[in-house]
Amino acid sequence: MNLRTLTVIAAGGVLGALTRYGLNTVWPHPEGGFPWATWLINVSGCLVIGGVSVLVPTPRRLRLFLGTGFLGGYTTFSTAMTDVVVSPTVIGFAYLFATVAGALLAVWTGSSLARRVRR
Amino acid sequence: MTVLLVALGAAVGAPLRYLTDQALRARAGTFPLGTFAVNVAGSLLLGFLIGLPVPPALGALLGTGFCGALTTYSTFSLEALTLVENGERVRALTYVLASLTVGLGAASLGHLAGSAL
Repeated sequence: MNLRTLTVIAAGGVLGALTRYGLNTVWPHPEGGFPWATWLINVSGCLVIGGVSVLVPTPRRLRLFLGTGFLGGYTTFSTAMTDVVVSPTVIGFAYLFATVAGALLAVWTGSSLARRVRR
Repeated sequence: MTVLLVALGAAVGAPLRYLTDQALRARAGTFPLGTFAVNVAGSLLLGFLIGLPVPPALGALLGTGFCGALTTYSTFSLEALTLVENGERVRALTYVLASLTVGLGAASLGHLAGSAL
């Protein structure tokens, strides 16, 4: 266990979580409505991690800061699940599928674009 | 104040996710067991917190901060993509479906338990 590595991840995680908190604060979703802010947070985070995975090699500290730290703290799986549980059934399932489809498409797009840029 | 609580929760959640991943890495071959475990655990805890429900300050610390940073959608998606790119399509599909069903089940269970208290 490397304390410096953990500190880098914690710092990134804090910044990511605060960014998510800020977006949710300026763009709250009404009860029973579609959680657009969290959807956008998760999909945009997947787009960026796709790019980071290609452009920043794994053992680098920058990768841990951006990928594991910032984007890990920014995106959230737990809210994506609990939002489904507390939403009306139709909206909840639309949100569940829109999130996973958007996330997978975004991570693929991000890594494809980054490969093209790198070439 | 809320900002500090979110930051404090995230400062614990994000490194804990990394440590869990390190501990569980390679336990299940190429299946990303570490991310799977934190995502399910975080969904269970957040469901519980929302079900209770907890006061806003505790929600910021444990929910938005800790659970939010412990769990991750970005690494989850990247791991699924990596499995597909390595030709492990069945494992990728299993990973995505298992994460969603078990994660949703955990969130529901946590919510039920919290509401019952």
